Amino acid sequence: MSTSVVRTRRDTLGTSALRPDGGAKVQGSFAFSSDVWADNMLWGATLRSPHPYARIISIDTSEAIKIAGVETVLTAEDVPGQLTYGLIDSDQPVFASGVVRYMGEPVAAVAADHPETCRRALAAIRVEYEIFEPHVNPEDSISGSVPPIHPNGNLLRHQRIVCGDTTVTGPVVVECEYEIGMQDQAFLGLEAALAIPDSDGGGVEMIVATQWLHEDRKQIALCLGLPEEKIRLTLGGVGGAFGAREDISLQVHASLLALRTGRPIKMQYSREESFFGHVHRHPAKIWVRHHASNDGMILKIEARMVFDGGAYASTSAAVLINAVTHIQGPYRCANAVVDGFAARTNNPPCGAMRGFGVVQACFAHESQMDKLAQACGLSPVEIRLRNAMRTGDRLITGQPVESVAPVERCIRETDAIALPPQMTSSPHELSLPGGSGRTADRSHIVRGIGWGVSIKNLMYSETFDDYATARCRLENGIVTLKFATSEVGQGFVTLAPQIARSVLGVDTVIVDPMDTTIGSAGSTSASRQTWMSGGAVDGACRLVRERLFEHVALQNNLDPLQLEIDDTDIIDTRGTLRISVSKASAGVTFEETFEHHHRPTEDLDENGQGNCHVAFAFVAHRAVVDVDTELGLVKVVQIATAQDVGRALNPLSVLGQIEGGIAQGLGLAVMEEILMVNGIVKNPSFTDYLLPTALDAPDVVAVLIEEPDPQAPLGAKGVGEPPCISVTPAIAAAIRDATGRAITRVPVRPSDICL
Amino acid sequence: MRTMSETQIYSLRVNGKLRDVTDAWLGESLLYVLRERLGLPGSKGACEQGECGSCTVVMDGAAVCSCLVLAASAVGADITTIEGLTEGALTDVQQAFIDEGAVQCGFCTPGLIVAVHHLLDSTPRPSEMEVKEALSGNICRCTGYGRIFAAVTRVIEQRAQQ
Repeated sequence: MSTSVVRTRRDTLGTSALRPDGGAKVQGSFAFSSDVWADNMLWGATLRSPHPYARIISIDTSEAIKIAGVETVLTAEDVPGQLTYGLIDSDQPVFASGVVRYMGEPVAAVAADHPETCRRALAAIRVEYEIFEPHVNPEDSISGSVPPIHPNGNLLRHQRIVCGDTTVTGPVVVECEYEIGMQDQAFLGLEAALAIPDSDGGGVEMIVATQWLHEDRKQIALCLGLPEEKIRLTLGGVGGAFGAREDISLQVHASLLALRTGRPIKMQYSREESFFGHVHRHPAKIWVRHHASNDGMILKIEARMVFDGGAYASTSAAVLINAVTHIQGPYRCANAVVDGFAARTNNPPCGAMRGFGVVQACFAHESQMDKLAQACGLSPVEIRLRNAMRTGDRLITGQPVESVAPVERCIRETDAIALPPQMTSSPHELSLPGGSGRTADRSHIVRGIGWGVSIKNLMYSETFDDYATARCRLENGIVTLKFATSEVGQGFVTLAPQIARSVLGVDTVIVDPMDTTIGSAGSTSASRQTWMSGGAVDGACRLVRERLFEHVALQNNLDPLQLEIDDTDIIDTRGTLRISVSKASAGVTFEETFEHHHRPTEDLDENGQGNCHVAFAFVAHRAVVDVDTELGLVKVVQIATAQDVGRALNPLSVLGQIEGGIAQGLGLAVMEEILMVNGIVKNPSFTDYLLPTALDAPDVVAVLIEEPDPQAPLGAKGVGEPPCISVTPAIAAAIRDATGRAITRVPVRPSDICL
Repeated sequence: MRTMSETQIYSLRVNGKLRDVTDAWLGESLLYVLRERLGLPGSKGACEQGECGSCTVVMDGAAVCSCLVLAASAVGADITTIEGLTEGALTDVQQAFIDEGAVQCGFCTPGLIVAVHHLLDSTPRPSEMEVKEALSGNICRCTGYGRIFAAVTRVIEQRAQQ
């Protein structure tokens, strides 16, 4: 996937440079991880538990192995190294051994000559279970009223925040319990990998769609009992991620099958298996009480937040920290008492999804802001403006917000966006709530408007040094960049060459394949790659520029500090020299590698105090909805938004992130939920798990707030997560506005509106 | 599935060429045969239920989800895949998708490109609602559809000027 970029105009930082992989993607020739294959390859498949909680009495693979075309069947006994994996705690078995703890937990894997042979082999494996009553209530896990379902216990993390004077009360008190359903990332490109064993059986090469190549390699190596250097990962084309590719899915299974059979193994999940094969957004219950003065100033926040982590830890501990540290929202608050719990249950494991704990917190705090506005007789805009956080304000963790914090500006600029026209007397039937169902009656449709504003941390927190590495080589006027940054669709392959062009004055930039032959780039998550990998590319390019200037200065008897890049030339700022970069670099090669580290962060203490986050971004959303109050159907008409982006390095890419994030937030607001009954997932398919379509997409009117952040290497904040966070409460608020219903839960169901 | 008896030899007309399918299990979908047997991986599989449109191909003039078509039942049909839309130069639809930022991860893109061509072939000047309805069978998880609408609008305007 080496991508040559030659363009006629200069695609430097700040321009809407186009994707270098766009041509291949529109022609269908871009190689996604599901498109790669190898000679003599076998297919791999996973057997999963149909029960949420059971003891495995026996596994009989004898009939499966007899099927013609089946090469091997693996179970827990065949794992040579560490039997478990996990991003934070290694608590998830490669294959269940003794007990299964959620519906869909892997029990065995097969390799065979055809996907249909695999399916038949899986059906032929006999697993005898002793079925237990699943524990699916996180409150039971917190109270300790049920026995541990895992040796590590049922409480994944408890974090308390105590801030300021906890005895403070206010004349205005509003409180409520809110509930957020389990959302799926639902990337389109299903989990897929090709694992190729080394001829000596001592290692594996893998082409895989992932968010973090180096973390995958570490976990695979541990489970295989091999040194990390024996596992070589290359990024296959990634069909979206949104958090669901941060954890291990099929990587270890495919590697084990490859080493066992000595043949390349292709694994790819079906949509149904994908619902079981990756973590989801945590369902949560959040109780919040706000104390405020009569004029609406927040005096104290009390909250109790319960996140259902499902059967295994994944990133629950970090998600919880994001939730408790963001419950105040983008508002000043001096006093707080917050208790957060992430609990283990027999539900599917939950972990990273775009917004990472802040989505849940935001639905609660924004719903509260509207309650507060109502109690104080203020508008939703006024209550938010009065409390809006500014740079330098302290969070309830005691951490000062040193990031540029244009909260007030986000609100005012969103408010200034024109409202959509009122519904006409004879609207197109597809524009009505219910859309192509054509059921809504014009006379029952009510319009509503709602607001949501959010704060989101950028990068990883709590002392984690999630650095990024990049290498830059300049040779004969051509730059080659190397990094292990996962391109999942966000457009880092567009941005990185823009950086090189701006720093080095070149036009032609080649991006080498992303793989583990260079240091880690960290994960493509937490809105961090523009900042972190962007910082690394910028740093590497700057080092090369220093070498180039030294070279030119030596040849021309100048001080290198006099030189600078002007378009595609090097110029002497004190003299007359002007030489093109391509000419100046002819016949020489400069290569430099740079690691970008963000400033260190701290752990939270027992009172939840500490500078645990790196930086913050802000955004405001205003939703306009039409609601059929008889049928409980909702059409989101318009989303207006002003987002704090720091600096728009590629405005078109930023707009794509904003519109895409809004669609996912809309999904959580009114469409998307993984439905569970006693640990059984009821809708693991795109027929039953509803995603926003072209007809559900609202008109999006977006304003980019550009106040470059001095901490950010390029002035730019991450833009991936903020769009999907406060849009959900904005839509819920608009439904409240239209219906007068309480709406304390998302996704909002028709029955919440009309029954 | 070398030992399975449920195989047959048949031929499919894909992108104007008759292609032999040998030793294929009769249960294979058209999507599987295109991708795994005929070397045409441009059509993508993402739901296996005809819900997402990633596998859209044109079959005898109709846009269909190739995951729902039994390959062996497509004998005699004229099938056009994403690979059959171009020979070298990009189509106006493909170029507009790139220029308007309608491509992010790109997994839905081939199916959408086929669907947009199919729409504009039958309805050269569709209304906004006709575009949205025609594309509502193609799920895109990255873009929120805004840039996709912009790309389609650009093509409609360009063709109107020609």
